[in-house]
Amino acid sequence: MDFSYTDEQLALRETLQRFISRDYDFERRRELARSPLGFSAEAWAQYAELGLLSLPFPEDCRGFGGNAVDVMLVMELAGRALLLEPFLSTVVMCGGLICDAGSDSLKRQMLPRIGAGEIKLALACHEAAGRYDASQVTCAAVPSGGGWRLTGQKTVVLDAPSADYFLVSARSGDAAETAAVAGDARGISVFLVGREARGVTLFPYPTQSGGRAADVRLADVVLGPDALIGAAGAGLAIVLRAIDKGIAALCAEAVGIIAALNEATLNHLKTRKQFGVPIGKFQALQHRMADMLIAAEQARSMAIMAAVYADSPDAAERCRAVSGAKAYIGQAARLVGQQAVQLHGAMGVVDDLIVSHYFKRLTMIDLTLGDVDFHLARFSS
Amino acid sequence: MDLKYTAEEEAFRAHVRAFIEAQLPADIRAKTGMGKRLQKDDLTRWQKILHAHGWGAVMWPTRFGGTGWNVVQQHIFEEERADIGAPPQNAFSLKMLAPVLMTFANSAQQDYFLPRILAGEDWWCQGYSEPGSGSDLASLRTGAVRQGDHYLVNGQKTWNTLGQYADWIFCLVRTSSEGRPQQGISFLLIDMKSPGITLRPITMLDGEHEINEIWFDNVQVPVHNLVGEQNKGWTYAKFLLTHERTNNAGIGSCKRALKNLKAIASRQTAHGRPLIEEPRFRDRVTQVELELMALEITNLRVLSASADESRTLGPEVSVLKIKGSEIQQTIAELQMHALGPDALPYLREALEMDWIADPLFAKHYHPYAPPLTGQYFNMRKTTIYAGSTEIQKNIISQLILGL
Repeated sequence: MDFSYTDEQLALRETLQRFISRDYDFERRRELARSPLGFSAEAWAQYAELGLLSLPFPEDCRGFGGNAVDVMLVMELAGRALLLEPFLSTVVMCGGLICDAGSDSLKRQMLPRIGAGEIKLALACHEAAGRYDASQVTCAAVPSGGGWRLTGQKTVVLDAPSADYFLVSARSGDAAETAAVAGDARGISVFLVGREARGVTLFPYPTQSGGRAADVRLADVVLGPDALIGAAGAGLAIVLRAIDKGIAALCAEAVGIIAALNEATLNHLKTRKQFGVPIGKFQALQHRMADMLIAAEQARSMAIMAAVYADSPDAAERCRAVSGAKAYIGQAARLVGQQAVQLHGAMGVVDDLIVSHYFKRLTMIDLTLGDVDFHLARFSS
Repeated sequence: MDLKYTAEEEAFRAHVRAFIEAQLPADIRAKTGMGKRLQKDDLTRWQKILHAHGWGAVMWPTRFGGTGWNVVQQHIFEEERADIGAPPQNAFSLKMLAPVLMTFANSAQQDYFLPRILAGEDWWCQGYSEPGSGSDLASLRTGAVRQGDHYLVNGQKTWNTLGQYADWIFCLVRTSSEGRPQQGISFLLIDMKSPGITLRPITMLDGEHEINEIWFDNVQVPVHNLVGEQNKGWTYAKFLLTHERTNNAGIGSCKRALKNLKAIASRQTAHGRPLIEEPRFRDRVTQVELELMALEITNLRVLSASADESRTLGPEVSVLKIKGSEIQQTIAELQMHALGPDALPYLREALEMDWIADPLFAKHYHPYAPPLTGQYFNMRKTTIYAGSTEIQKNIISQLILGL
């Protein structure tokens, strides 16, 4: 057993922490969330310089050879600062997918550019009828002239508006088969699609926690043979592996927010006076705060477990860890988020304080990549 | 024991429903049905329609122009109103201030203010909380100093719900610093057009403008706008709060919201089937339905008992307030959860009637979706306002349990 961080990991955390304290306070974050881009292009360039954008990539692709525990450190701080940049989509999920399933030439082509901050990617693997189930795919990839033609619609694709490329799941069988087997695990393939490809259109929108997403339509998009990532028909496992990395990262982000919310709430209990005393003197509130502390510790344990197994190629082991963590942390986040708002009173429901922004982000994390119910079911099956 | 409505009550329900169906303007009904933003005009138009029919105040006695309906009739009206989608009336005027005026104000005040409330001419907001005085309301510091025939008011109120619509504000002000804090409070009626009043909007977590801060800088208030006696305001304030908490049970609105929740969960899908067929989700819906079923009967029991015994409501309304607010929150939370990933988009413009969804987006993002996440966020207020859940439990502990 070893729960300690390496010196490199601690140094990484300190560097990012310094950047956040200097350039990313709450007011700045609010401005960015309202801006057309929805995040900071300067911050993205900074992350590239700090090595964050190549953190989990292999060294032969100019990466740092980091793992999901390194990603956890970054995501925890991202949670605390409510960072808006598309690190989760570009680096953790899409970068991770290319690392795990991409050909050597694709890795050498894409990963250094991601790491340098030159390109951003979004994972387009969910459809309207599927809710959180990535096997519900109707998007069709029809073989054509040695390559493929893609048609379909992907919904609520995180960070899509700023993405240069999409990783798209599609059924690569013939059309009749596609309609009949929307929930079939077989026959799904993953394709790399450029934002500028003819037939790709976006319907973009802001999200409830300040980020950006879009519906992505593919109308007869012509792709070359090298657009296919991994083997044809083996795409679901590839997508799920990327999603699981994303889930572990979201768990770490939630743990960062939970810790920050507990600090803010404890501070409020110590400083807000009513009836002549700090409200933290009231036992009912003390016990509530104690429950929130317990939830935070338990959530942190689960996030660590998710990070340790997130890179595992053993799907059963990985899925058990990340789904268990996501279901558990979803409930801990609900408790802490709701109670932090409640203990702040009316100050908890205003836009001017960071508390409500933390609460909203925790709520959205639960609804991203599978909610509590979805992961309870996935864990127990 | 009989939980069934009598034939007369059923006939009354049919009558109420027919009236609302016929008279509620279609544009207002469309807005409430889809959770669009309501404007002041929508609310006052509906109040004027009710008033023209003699139903401007269903909870007032006839001598003040109310319907004189009993608690069961009021409950039926509220249920039908919510179910059809008529907006709620201004509770601050009709259900909070009015009972105080009827009980403690002089006849000149009653004769002037009550008819104007009934006719939808005056919009009232509440001036209770201050930045330093929330749960500990009696510590309030906004001061009123008597100078000849007026009071000079200075201070700040906050969390004033729909204060941006208000023609008048009823305020708790400090007129004495002697004795216990409760002993130096007075109840003042203040014209929002008075010089020296500044209103600043507060944006809530759902991005909407619903609450405000109000500053009073040497505001002159005529002495004849004092309700009851100077320094007795705390008695009136507590009387008002009891009424406020009763209204917060919101049974009718909860029943409508539950119906919507079931409709939404039938439309949304999970694993290729309607979400409502998922046992985990279905159980959550059932749990809140049972809570609401119990609260509806508890609510009627509490109201009937007070009516039968001809007494005002007491600390038992805290039970209604706690449960009612929690049920509202749970239903809102389940509605949001039902959307799944469609709970993520934040489309401010979608809360306006003229918003037209992109046709492909609208294939999965249904017309009921836009307001639901914001409503979940917004509903966190219900266990905070009108005396937080913690304060209600203190009341139960002290006044019912004697602890």
